[in-house]
Amino acid sequence: MKSLEKKKVKQNLETLGKKVVTDIEKGNNPSLDVPIRSLSNVRFDQKNKMIMMNSAMSKRYFFNVAHVRKFVQTIEAAALAKELVEVDKHLSLREAFYRMKRTLPNSNINLVDEQTESNAAIEDLELIAESPREKLHINANKMGSVAGKVVIEDKKDIIDWSKLGSGGWAIPSNVEEIEFKKVNAKFVIYMEKAAEWERLHEDKLWDKLNCIIMSSQGQATRGVRRLLQRLNQEHKLPVYILVDGDPWGAYIYSVIKYGSISLAHMSEQLAIPDARLLGLTADDIVKYDLKRHLIKFEDVDVKRLEQVKNYDWFKDNKEWQKQFKLWKELNGKVELAALSSKGITFISDTYVPHKIKNKEWLD
Amino acid sequence: MKEKSVDAEALSGQFKAISVAEFFEKNRHLLGFENPTKALITIVKELVDNSLDACEEARILPNIKISLKEIGSDRFKISVDDNGPGIVSEKLTSAFGKLLYGTKFHRLRMSRGQQGIGVSGSVLYSQLTTGKPVKITSSTGKDIHIFDLMIDVAKNEPHVISHHTEKNPKNWKGIKTELETEGRYVEKGASVLEYLKQTAIANPFANISYEGPNGKEEFKRAVNELPVQPKEIKPHPYGVELGLLRRMLQSTKTRNIVGFLTEEFSRVGRGTAEQICKLSKIDSKKKPGELTHEEMERLHKSMQMVKLVAPPTNCLSPLGENLLIEGLKKETGVEFAVAVVRPPSVYRGMPFLIEVALGYGGQLPTDKTAQLFRFANKVPLLYHQGDCVTTEAVIDTDFRRYGFSQSSGQIPNGPLVILIHFASVWVPYTSEGKQAIADYPEIMKEIKLALQDAGRNLASYVRHKNKLRDRQLRRELFEKYIPELAESLEKLTDKERKKIIDELEKIAKKGEIVGKEESKTESGNIG
Repeated sequence: MKSLEKKKVKQNLETLGKKVVTDIEKGNNPSLDVPIRSLSNVRFDQKNKMIMMNSAMSKRYFFNVAHVRKFVQTIEAAALAKELVEVDKHLSLREAFYRMKRTLPNSNINLVDEQTESNAAIEDLELIAESPREKLHINANKMGSVAGKVVIEDKKDIIDWSKLGSGGWAIPSNVEEIEFKKVNAKFVIYMEKAAEWERLHEDKLWDKLNCIIMSSQGQATRGVRRLLQRLNQEHKLPVYILVDGDPWGAYIYSVIKYGSISLAHMSEQLAIPDARLLGLTADDIVKYDLKRHLIKFEDVDVKRLEQVKNYDWFKDNKEWQKQFKLWKELNGKVELAALSSKGITFISDTYVPHKIKNKEWLD
Repeated sequence: MKEKSVDAEALSGQFKAISVAEFFEKNRHLLGFENPTKALITIVKELVDNSLDACEEARILPNIKISLKEIGSDRFKISVDDNGPGIVSEKLTSAFGKLLYGTKFHRLRMSRGQQGIGVSGSVLYSQLTTGKPVKITSSTGKDIHIFDLMIDVAKNEPHVISHHTEKNPKNWKGIKTELETEGRYVEKGASVLEYLKQTAIANPFANISYEGPNGKEEFKRAVNELPVQPKEIKPHPYGVELGLLRRMLQSTKTRNIVGFLTEEFSRVGRGTAEQICKLSKIDSKKKPGELTHEEMERLHKSMQMVKLVAPPTNCLSPLGENLLIEGLKKETGVEFAVAVVRPPSVYRGMPFLIEVALGYGGQLPTDKTAQLFRFANKVPLLYHQGDCVTTEAVIDTDFRRYGFSQSSGQIPNGPLVILIHFASVWVPYTSEGKQAIADYPEIMKEIKLALQDAGRNLASYVRHKNKLRDRQLRRELFEKYIPELAESLEKLTDKERKKIIDELEKIAKKGEIVGKEESKTESGNIG
């Protein structure tokens, strides 16, 4: 991170502390203005094609029984972040949880009991201090692999994504300081599951189609999303997405494309509005004769389908509404792995090349 | 083989009357002597109740001394003496040595004892378990009489072992009873000590000193006024049963039915008496002793049919708000108490009255169920709480309205004492053990009304205290987080931790911020 940026982050954290101290000195109830992170405070920006955060704030007070715990957690997170920036070290979210966990004197109360609490405090801090987690030196677990004909520089190491054996390059949670040295690819395929990534990697699809293949388990992590966005923006590579054929997969796609509700404030650093869904679509299920692999929807799936269908970013999309309707009729989901029933390498020999060639995707 | 038949003549020879004393010898549980622990409580209770009754009747502020010594394994010597009027020596032996003998059974006036079996029952139990006589010392102000007494069980008559008199230069008045008995001594739950403590609550005008196996305890007098003197009343026609009516008809000195009705009953005037005669088709001039059984039944029925004014209520002696509150405060250490005295009411022709006091806070635990003190004619009821109408009324009253938590079908929780006093000329106990009051709808209704009334009076105080407690808890919560916040802020701003703590403490002490009721969620949008 550049030292100027570092100074800015440190300054933001100190300003936050000083504001609280000023409240205390004036004899006021110390308070923080916390932007609200919920569906009620986000909007879908039609022009940018991104989920953006509105400006609604909530007041968090120290002298309030319902707030006091969160208040102190947030300030403690800020103190921790300041320390990390100063000594130039990074902690994982889990480590940060243990740093913050301590018992209040003369009581059996822990400042944080669960990692979800410290995570929430750190997420609030990102908003209050206007600095993303990565800049606060707190990282998520790395969870993602990439392969392709790309050469990068990371911490002065030169890495060739095409020469990393069967595992590929593990994507770190902070990709800000990575420099692309050579990019020889026409597009990126992101997939929901590591199993599919291994399939495509074993079949050397990235070599055959001259592309980059990338995955993380389930919902794409911030590092993966940022890396996708940088490839998309800095090297104009189209991004194609492979997810399971169900409403959950549709949402994973929409997060990469439009941003997420909880990280709406970071959409500009993460969203890829021109990303496209390669599959599985509901149409695929019919077209590729996968009906016999349908896993019947449970109540929660049906509920999720209704939810996703009505999100602003899907609501007016005719193609997508057609898919949702078909899903409802099929009343079941199909996993990417089901394509192997058509042949061991069916996905890399036929499915993906065919789709790309025929521009058979959803936008 | 043919058995030899026993004829009725032969059988009749086996019939014989058993005396009351013999009956109770075999049914001691009816008198409250079913186990050694309870026996000890019952003896103390009967003697103390008698002393209190005697003093109150003679308008004397009672000083009662109880001593209970362990003189062997499960063997105790009990002595109770009072400053009452004493009993004349001719009546004294019967009062102690004859069951169902007393001043109270045949009259309608509120008193602690009512059947005349309590004290003599205690004498009988002592005699049964130790074989020793009871020693009674008594004086009405003249000579002091000292008796050693036993009960002739077969005849239900007192058997005087020895009797002598002593000079009484100081004009001492009162009775001292000393007896030995089997028993077991406890101090937890239902116990002699608990009985005395509750007695002290309902009789704050008495001074009770107790010397038990584990030391002395003094229940000091809190007020110098006796409750109102109850007047004796005649039975009310609505409350008379056929058997009693028959006895009254046979023993009356009146010469005709109209005279009998107007003289022997309350609230019956000449007109009403003649109306009763007419209804029952009995000649109003007929002699009371000459009524046939059918006529008695008709008379009894007609007496229930005529319209009558409720019985007079001056036969009742309520404690009153002041005595209730003082009594409760001195023995339970509650910080706040309210009392409600209901106007008299009637069940089965018997006047009765309900008094309720609620005590709050002080030393009482906040996380336990409320304590219930039940009294009938100023006597604490220690056993069979679950069978008592008072318990039922408490359960049926919604104490959540008054700031307490309460599960359905349960007594409320919290730092609360509930005192219920049932005062009547006749207490409808569920059994001879005299530990639970029967459930008459009129009684139930009165108790509930009293509880509701008292509950409402207590509620505003409880709410105020709850608010203060919430505030205190809030304050404590903030106190815990203050050093944490200061530590984090020090790291963040380099301002000294101690200074931050001091300033935060200052804000915390300002009531308006800490005391404020907040919404549970983070408040409103300001953006």
